[in-house]
Amino acid sequence: MSVESVIPRQIEELLSSHRRNFLKSAGLFAVSLATPGVAQTNPPPGPYRDPDFRQLDSWIVIHQDNTATFYVGKTDPGQGTGTSFRQLMADELDIAFNRTACIMGSTDITVNQGGSGGSTALEYDSRPMRRAAAEARRVLLEMASARLGAPVDQLAVHDAVISLQADPSKRVSYGELIAGKRFNVTLTGNNVMSATGLAKVKPVQQLKYTGQSLQRDDIPAKVDGSLKWAGDVKLPGMVHARNVKPPYAGAKLLSVDEASVRGLPGFVRVLSKGNYVAVVFEREEQAIEGARQLKTSWEKPAAAPFPRSEDLFEYMRAAVPTSKSAPVVEGDPDTSFTSAALKVEAEYEIPFQGHTSFSGAVATADPSNGQMTIYSNDMKSYSMRTCVADFLGLHRDRVRVVWMQGAPSFGRSACEDAACEAAWLAKEIARPVRMQWMRDEETAWDTKGPAYLIKMRGALDAQRALTAYEYNARACDYNHTGYNEPDSVLIAHLMGIRRKTPAPGRASMPSDVYAIPHRRMLGEVVGLPLIWETPLRTGNLRDPDGPQVTFASESFIDELALAAKADPLEFRLQLLGASAREDSGFRRARSLAVLQAAAAKFGWEKRVGPKPRGKGQVLTGRGVAYSFRGQSVVAQMAEVEVNRETGHVWAKRMVCAYDCGLVVNPEGLRRVAECGMLHSLSRALHEEVMFDTEKVTSRDWISHPTLRHADVPETIDVLLVNGDPQPDRPDLSPYGGGEATCKPTLAAIANAIFDATGVRLRRVPFRAARVLAALKAAGVDRV
Amino acid sequence: MSKFTLKVNRRTHTVDVDPTTPLLYVLRNDLDLHGPRFGCGLAQCGACSVLINGAIQRSCVLPMSSVKGEITTLEGLSENGQLHPLQQAWIAEQVPQCGFCQNGQILAAKVLLDKNPHPTDGQIRTALNPTLCRCMTYYRVQAAVKRAAKAIAGASATGEEKEVVA
Ligand code: FES
Ligand code: FES
Repeated sequence: MSVESVIPRQIEELLSSHRRNFLKSAGLFAVSLATPGVAQTNPPPGPYRDPDFRQLDSWIVIHQDNTATFYVGKTDPGQGTGTSFRQLMADELDIAFNRTACIMGSTDITVNQGGSGGSTALEYDSRPMRRAAAEARRVLLEMASARLGAPVDQLAVHDAVISLQADPSKRVSYGELIAGKRFNVTLTGNNVMSATGLAKVKPVQQLKYTGQSLQRDDIPAKVDGSLKWAGDVKLPGMVHARNVKPPYAGAKLLSVDEASVRGLPGFVRVLSKGNYVAVVFEREEQAIEGARQLKTSWEKPAAAPFPRSEDLFEYMRAAVPTSKSAPVVEGDPDTSFTSAALKVEAEYEIPFQGHTSFSGAVATADPSNGQMTIYSNDMKSYSMRTCVADFLGLHRDRVRVVWMQGAPSFGRSACEDAACEAAWLAKEIARPVRMQWMRDEETAWDTKGPAYLIKMRGALDAQRALTAYEYNARACDYNHTGYNEPDSVLIAHLMGIRRKTPAPGRASMPSDVYAIPHRRMLGEVVGLPLIWETPLRTGNLRDPDGPQVTFASESFIDELALAAKADPLEFRLQLLGASAREDSGFRRARSLAVLQAAAAKFGWEKRVGPKPRGKGQVLTGRGVAYSFRGQSVVAQMAEVEVNRETGHVWAKRMVCAYDCGLVVNPEGLRRVAECGMLHSLSRALHEEVMFDTEKVTSRDWISHPTLRHADVPETIDVLLVNGDPQPDRPDLSPYGGGEATCKPTLAAIANAIFDATGVRLRRVPFRAARVLAALKAAGVDRV
Repeated sequence: MSKFTLKVNRRTHTVDVDPTTPLLYVLRNDLDLHGPRFGCGLAQCGACSVLINGAIQRSCVLPMSSVKGEITTLEGLSENGQLHPLQQAWIAEQVPQCGFCQNGQILAAKVLLDKNPHPTDGQIRTALNPTLCRCMTYYRVQAAVKRAAKAIAGASATGEEKEVVA
């Protein structure tokens, strides 16, 4: 079978040398350090140089048939950003959307925009794309002006055809003007984010495809089975690898008995270095069997690497912080607390929650010709390239990462670990290697969202007005794993490579703009006893600390509302009154807009304190929560049913009002918002990483449950709101759309459970047994 | 190693593998099919689903020695270049995010609609409950199943009408 047969159609161009040759012949690679003329003594470092972001040709190619291909340095892990980039760029270029294509995220042929992360795709990274497309349009107009013999201001552009305004029969297409040739236009800008030509981008009112719910271009191949995924790459001579992980966290490898697997069919090699062990076999099922049968012996660490998950919060309470943030102080909270008529205190606990991607991490590494090509679905292909190069000691121009679709990889997923493992093995055995993590490995050893212990205090005066507020977070986040760091990928840990100083980690703060006169907010970081080679390493999860922080802050606002004898929605609206923090009304206006929009759709019933309990087995209630992420603001409302005899919670209905600025693709955005919200519903109801004092015991979908079909609300409404004080601004920007809706869900559900039952849950997740125990303790379990 | 003859998507293949090899790896690595995918290898998620004689099976735990019958994978659902109504509904509803689980979702839906062309919401939830999605596309999956059920009912209603007229 030929290699081509398993390479996805849409990236054939990537793998053929065609695109690279184009860039090379066009001189479109960034200037290399190699000195011209001394090539013999100082050979060029490698073929995979950086496409030059200052060249227009690096971004856009117009073809003979009057179609265009956009090359962008982003990846799309399934949120439809690729389609949105096409919408924005087609608008700026003035070409029909369906005559465009977008190639993303492969390091040797697309400019380095960092891949994905931080919900920045449309807010920031689309800006140079739009400017490049606008510049291409400008240059094409100049060419047409010369060709048609008329000044630019007498020309009209429609769908990639330029004509004389006075005589539309005099026309020339983009393809006729430029196809097969290069723009040869240099952009300016100190970095890729500021790259620009002379042209200005259009005011949003003139964007035609932007704002339309065009269908995503990646979906057909995902439903007809034709898509070839990152894990589907096959190369001549490729072998299959599986890791053998330490059976105990922090264990030391004493011996590996290669003889225990040498006789198995398809055996290639057992490789180990430090505490890293992998087997390599010709076929995939053979590698799985080999990893199962390999005899290894390990020495347990002298001290327990971590407490039991049941004891985590006791441990965190007692731990000495490794760092503290400078407190954020407004006004004089101490005096307010001293003179308070009423004080409210609460403590919230959010355990470690994992990425637990749908599939084990996967990567294929090809060491042919002394280069290294990695096929990966990691969202940060560009830093992966540098990481692999540094880890192997290769010049980075010898390494490229081809980005392809894969299982969800939001944030710092284990894809990065798998890539370095595949690369190391491939280099060692000089054959292409496919590394695939198994289910137990992914669930136990991927990076975890940090556990949080959050103490909150509030002070109310005699009129029951909230005067002061204190937020004190402790995040178990010491030695936080960064993105694609050669000294923090798991294989480096296991090989004994250590960063000079462990990453400090962080404890984040709430993002509301409530006008509370006096505030103090503080974050502390604590660590577990074992910080290297640990399955409880922390790393960025989708909306890294948002769900944890907002669970506490927005649950507590409800507790304060109760103390103030106010309806939770009314209480929030009041706190967003005239003197809100931080800005001249921009964030406040948009906060109010989303809360009001959600309330209208939901049909919010005002009430002080929990709903009077009915007689039935099922209690119902409603909750609200709101938050910012960057400039995106979201309000969510949930109606829950709580079965008082089983503790089972069902979010029957959810409403999400979302203002993330300019909406490029409304239906696409609705789905992203909905899926983010359900991801957090899963975190609210199910997800918790369990461990004993030796190892992580969450290993599969039974020991680490996730949201399922039966949990899904009957109705979900996502309202897209433009609460901008100047809604028709011509420069309205899209803000981040990908993560904000993950934030408030945990609190909205907890607040709804309180409304239904009168029982306040301060510990995530709300699994049936935990809910039932709380209901029993409050005597609510019986009618 | 042993020789096995498999009928997959209306074509016959012969492979020579160990009889304990799970069907999944043969489909993916020997037959180059990429509809079925690896999610857990434990029969817990549905990523590797295939139809065998119309019944859904999790190919990650099905040894070659017990494969009996005709296999259909996601690739085999469309006929003569025409997407199955479920696949059309999936596009119309814009269901997938990453899409990795959708093989299992679509095949589970197919088996449901084959047995029960007019499922209630509750029946859809129950039938699809064993099939996981970590991008959380469940709400749209359920909407797409309803849409496909309607489309199939509509198509067969028109079909019957035509027959009467003819
Ligand atoms: S891969 Fe077979 S059920 Fe998960
Ligand atoms: S769409 Fe990504 S796992 Fe379901």
